[in-house]
Amino acid sequence: MNQAGSGEIVQFDNVGLRYGTEREVLTDISFTLYPGSFYFLTGASGAGKTSLLKLLYLSQRPSRGGIRIFGTDAITLPREKLPALRRRLGVVFQDFRLVPHLSAFDNVALPLRVAGFSESDLTRPVADMLEWVGLADRMKARPATLSGGEQQRVAIARAVIGRPQLLVADEPTGNVDPDMAVKLLRLFEALNRLGTTVVVATHDVHLLRKVPESLIMRLDKGRLSDPTGALKYPPRRPVMPV
Amino acid sequence: MNRPLKLLPIGSRKAGSTGDLVPQARLSGPIPWVIAIMVMLTVIAAAGGLALRKLASVAENELSGGVTIQIVEGRPEVRDGQVRQAVQLLSALPGVTKVAAVPQQEVDALVEPWLGEETAEADIPVPALIDARLSGPVTRNGLEDLRAALRGKVPSARVDAQSTWLKPVFGALSSLQLLALALVLLLGLATTSAVLLATRSALGSNRETIEIVHLLGGTDSQIARIYQRSTAVAATEGGVAGFAAAVIVVMLLGQQFANLGAGMISGGSLGWIEWLLLALVPVAGVALATITARLTVLRSLARML
Repeated sequence: MNQAGSGEIVQFDNVGLRYGTEREVLTDISFTLYPGSFYFLTGASGAGKTSLLKLLYLSQRPSRGGIRIFGTDAITLPREKLPALRRRLGVVFQDFRLVPHLSAFDNVALPLRVAGFSESDLTRPVADMLEWVGLADRMKARPATLSGGEQQRVAIARAVIGRPQLLVADEPTGNVDPDMAVKLLRLFEALNRLGTTVVVATHDVHLLRKVPESLIMRLDKGRLSDPTGALKYPPRRPVMPV
Repeated sequence: MNRPLKLLPIGSRKAGSTGDLVPQARLSGPIPWVIAIMVMLTVIAAAGGLALRKLASVAENELSGGVTIQIVEGRPEVRDGQVRQAVQLLSALPGVTKVAAVPQQEVDALVEPWLGEETAEADIPVPALIDARLSGPVTRNGLEDLRAALRGKVPSARVDAQSTWLKPVFGALSSLQLLALALVLLLGLATTSAVLLATRSALGSNRETIEIVHLLGGTDSQIARIYQRSTAVAATEGGVAGFAAAVIVVMLLGQQFANLGAGMISGGSLGWIEWLLLALVPVAGVALATITARLTVLRSLARML
């Protein structure tokens, strides 16, 4: 069993997850994520990547085992204290999960509004972020009128605008062209250099090569393997002070 | 883009207490219609109850000290003599503030619907009436004192408290008031149920939005506020419309009753206090809808992680 230290962002300890009475989709998952690291989570479709991410972004409780996030026991934490933990996370959902009746601008502004930023504080950064992801002229568009790639960029902009301490992205480049995919990865790297721990789930092996310093976790039929030793040792790369 | 990106670190900021998470959106479903109909029905029922209460109160005040003395004597000359004698005796009694014989024309008018216009010509004996007022409410002892004063000298006199005749009417008025109160309570219950169903339906169709705000760190209170505000706006619109419609109906009905020209019924016209009470119905409706929406959302959210 891993011992929780002050420098760990996430610690999973013998976690198992099953839906209903089905067999476990995740079995004996144990790993530690360190601040400022960049992780890829790979595995075939159905390996359990999305289920693992759901546990990470606190959308699901495990069937067994322990999870600590930001040093807090996420299993026994009272329900009313979960939102404060969630505000420290940035999540790019596989299906984007944009609010359908809000514009691209309002979707990106949503986590900032939840956190109580004033309109005058958030207007410029949100507009800049949308411009950066190439959607300056689509700020007022509703999700239904955006293409898959555009929706994905809105979802990414929403996930990173609050400079989260942990960014969890589920197939974040699946719907964008290769140039935009590289650009978005650079955004994740930039965030990572600012201290954000990044976890990107992907089955695109080409993507892994584009971030040489990344660490790889591999899921196979609900079990985790550790091809780069990422899960045993803290990263050597220094983290910029935030 | 040349300008460096500016991110706004959320870190451990607390959830915002003000501001619009979701710009004003219609999340309330059929609530405006539900509230409009319920407020209209409640105001009409409450107006009926208040009018009856006022009518009963006015009538009771008018009749509480009233006594009617009938001189049941078939021979007109003897009857007239006894009337004069009774008026004289009653006027001398302490506690009697007013005594007056009811003019024969008024008595004829009272019995006209039953006996026709030619009562006198038909030689039908009709009792003479004396109207007396006491300084306080009529009691059993007070009536006995009057009877004792008239006994022997006015043998044909029958003394009755006016309120005794109208006792069944007051009983019916009380029952109608209770019915109006029950209707108001039932309508309140129906409004709560309708708002509950409408909020649940709105919640169902906006579940995705709720989940997203939830996963972005929104608190239950913040999410409830979105629905609360939307419901309050919708309920206010419905409340105003329902109240306006009810005012028109109540005023038209009031006008029709006033046209009847019956003294007792005109006592039930609504005063400013009654209108003020009725104006509280839409306010209560809006409060009820808003609180119901908030509690429904909070209960539903409590089932999410």
